[in-house]
Amino acid sequence: MSREPDNIAQALKEILSGSITRTILAIFMGFLVGAVFMIGSDKAFIESLGYFFSRPADALGAAFAVVTDGYGALFRGSIFNGDAETFEKSIRPLTETLRLAAPLILAGLGIGLTFRVGLFNIGGTGQIISGMIWATFVATRVELPFVIHAVVAVSAGIAGAALLGALTGYLKARTGAHEVILTIMFNYIMFYFFNFLLKDSSLLGEEASTGNAKADPAAASAVLPKLLGDGFNLHWGILLALAAVIVFWWLMERSTIGFRLRMVGENPDAARSAGVSVERTYILAMGISAAFVGVAAANQALGSSIGLYPSAHANIGFDAITVALLGGSNAPGILLAGLLFGAFKAGAPSMQVFGVSPEVLGIVQGAIVLFIAAPPLMRMIFRLPPPQTSSALATLRKKTLKRGGSK
Amino acid sequence: MKLELRGITKRFGTLVANEAIDLVVEPGEIHALLGENGAGKSTLMNVLFGLYDADEGIVLLDDKPQSFAGPGDAMEAGIGMVHQHFMLIPVFTVAENVALGQEPTNAIGAIDIAAARKRVVEISDQFGFNVEPDARVENLPVGVQQRVEIIKALSRNARVLVLDEPTAVLTPQETDELMEIMKQLAASGTSIVFITHKLREVKAVADKITVVRLGKVVGSTTPDASTSELASMMVGRDVGLTVDKEPREPGEIVLSVENLAVLDDRGQRAVDGVTFEVRAGEILAIAGVQGNGQTELAEAIIGLRSPLTGLGKIAFRGEDITHSTVRQVLELGVGYIPEDRSSDGVVGGFTIAENLMINSSYKSRFTKGVNINFAARRQIADGLISEFDVRTQSSETLAGKLSGGNQQKVVAARELSRDVDLLVASQPTRGVDVGSIEFIHSRIVQERDKGKAVVLVSTELDEVLALADRIAVMYRGKIVDIVTPSTSREQLGKLMAGVAS
Repeated sequence: MSREPDNIAQALKEILSGSITRTILAIFMGFLVGAVFMIGSDKAFIESLGYFFSRPADALGAAFAVVTDGYGALFRGSIFNGDAETFEKSIRPLTETLRLAAPLILAGLGIGLTFRVGLFNIGGTGQIISGMIWATFVATRVELPFVIHAVVAVSAGIAGAALLGALTGYLKARTGAHEVILTIMFNYIMFYFFNFLLKDSSLLGEEASTGNAKADPAAASAVLPKLLGDGFNLHWGILLALAAVIVFWWLMERSTIGFRLRMVGENPDAARSAGVSVERTYILAMGISAAFVGVAAANQALGSSIGLYPSAHANIGFDAITVALLGGSNAPGILLAGLLFGAFKAGAPSMQVFGVSPEVLGIVQGAIVLFIAAPPLMRMIFRLPPPQTSSALATLRKKTLKRGGSK
Repeated sequence: MKLELRGITKRFGTLVANEAIDLVVEPGEIHALLGENGAGKSTLMNVLFGLYDADEGIVLLDDKPQSFAGPGDAMEAGIGMVHQHFMLIPVFTVAENVALGQEPTNAIGAIDIAAARKRVVEISDQFGFNVEPDARVENLPVGVQQRVEIIKALSRNARVLVLDEPTAVLTPQETDELMEIMKQLAASGTSIVFITHKLREVKAVADKITVVRLGKVVGSTTPDASTSELASMMVGRDVGLTVDKEPREPGEIVLSVENLAVLDDRGQRAVDGVTFEVRAGEILAIAGVQGNGQTELAEAIIGLRSPLTGLGKIAFRGEDITHSTVRQVLELGVGYIPEDRSSDGVVGGFTIAENLMINSSYKSRFTKGVNINFAARRQIADGLISEFDVRTQSSETLAGKLSGGNQQKVVAARELSRDVDLLVASQPTRGVDVGSIEFIHSRIVQERDKGKAVVLVSTELDEVLALADRIAVMYRGKIVDIVTPSTSREQLGKLMAGVAS
């Protein structure tokens, strides 16, 4: 029996045990960091710095203006646009947020599940691509009646991703290879394999091949139906996401399967002594995790009637890691985190209209996760009481930080 | 150096871990701090060592008030601490470990390992430690590693030495050697704080005894006090140190082990041709000094470690379980109390209720299809908590927050509440306070009286003699002899040293 402590698993456990207060503070801090970047890149502000001491109000005014413009645009682009002439147009941003949040929530659930089992699945990208390959195959190469076609295509996406996940778990259990390495490598393999498939019209590529890597659009019978009529892009993907949130909650909090998954995550040695096969649990966990990611793949492959490009994975596999971390790897948390980051995606274009580069949102997103992942740092900044622990090590760490810090 | 703690109070939220504790350790005195697990001994020493800030009270050294911001300050002032879990780097040599943190350097700033080695030899010779400075720590026996820790403290000129449960990891011989060392150190003027819950050691070595219970000092005494007096001070009531046990006629064979061979983690043959059987209504104790294959034997029975194929056989009620999985073995009706409670016995991040179902999560009274039956689980947990006297506020408390004794009661509750025919208990009372030991012992005897077979793996001779119907003594992977509990301690000691009768 190996007793090697997994550092990543240990760090994850600590990060995920954060409180709601800390999460909200982290989000607030993330926006603050984003504001600093917005101000720093604003022309009016930089110019007014030249005469800051004669008229400081100019600089402060410019700073205030760019931040309110930027975040105002984000709000109008992602939640409610009060300036729009019709009601439909004014709530359109919210529907876009929901549409873009769906795959983030789905993949976030998948990644969060592995965190709970003490694994680090960073193969979301590879698994999404694997799911898209299968879903696209069903959607473009198989003819089936309405409804059934979509159901089969979604199932194919789930199966495609789950099999790749389970394979990763199997390799880990069988050979002891670390899942981080395995999933990174599968990301590459799947990305180029997808490219290869899309380039050949006899495989997944366009029938009327142009030499570009692109798939045919999904058959109308396989496309996920629109939810609010043709005026909106929002489709059934968000309902799949909500259903997945409920399934995830049941699985992890209520079922005996999730109980064993969590047990292995908390203490694999005790789980083994209690008769749980840790190896099989790893395979199962990677498989179920990837199955959730697979729903996101189906969402991508069947969500629109445009054919897929190699970049259709849209980096969701990586964004999902931040979603899972921010959401504390539990169902409601991931739902909210997915919505937040979905809003970022939806609001980015309207920020650009105001001359604020939407990359700021990437910084906000990264900063939030950074603050989440640095609990002692957060406690230091906000002078929160340390978590109640009698561990001498934790106390030692706190003291070291205090000494190096402001005090 | 004289150490004085005056009115130390330490609170964690609403929990008062130390309440107005006074303690005076005279120079050259061995002062035993005796108390159950969770009594607040370790907290007190962490305050002394600067790891915790006391809420009230002061620490005085030679009557001068001290204020430590961390272990560094405490070491500077002359306090050395030997933790229960050694703070050594396994791949470094003894000299390197001792030098770590205060490395002697030569003219160009490189480590002067010769000076470090000399320091180790000096201290080692002075007290007869017999420690080789160039040995790699990972290759040393536990007892010697502990001496390295002591050398480390002494090389920093520690004149107050705190030993936190130092004998928990030692064999009886090593314990005796440690006590000799403690006496020598005291004779040379070092003050020693000896934290323990083992009464016999306290009586053997201490000059003065302070008993702590529930964070308070309940009394001070001298080693002349009787063992039962000390025990009752610790637990606050009289405890029977012997177990009431009626003779019982054993029934049919429940477990038979035949010519079993098992490898350890390093690929060495840890169990080498072991044969024995256990009958219903009988406690078979596997005695022996730690590391003679008992751990591997227990793990092989449970299915955690596969025996060498083609050699030997394990049968449970006639059924061959030599190569069964852990789950199969447990579900056939075997209960298992693992040797290492915190790593194998409980899931610290799970609640007590969750811990009670970790080995019955497939199909059991805790489940309803693939759902957890939360109502039933709460009810069962509440019942077991009161039946097994687990001191906790609710069944939803995290197991990791319980004291060692209470954690072990959770493990015992889990295993004994299942309907099993065989109980394999590995070190069931290691690191457990006197009150819990008594309780767990009586429950094990109860199981036997109900007609269950029990395999008790223990390195504590007292425990073996109190519980066993037959004693199998293991030495270097072999069973030297199987004897009755009326065998004298001397004879058992000889067997444990490998001398066959």
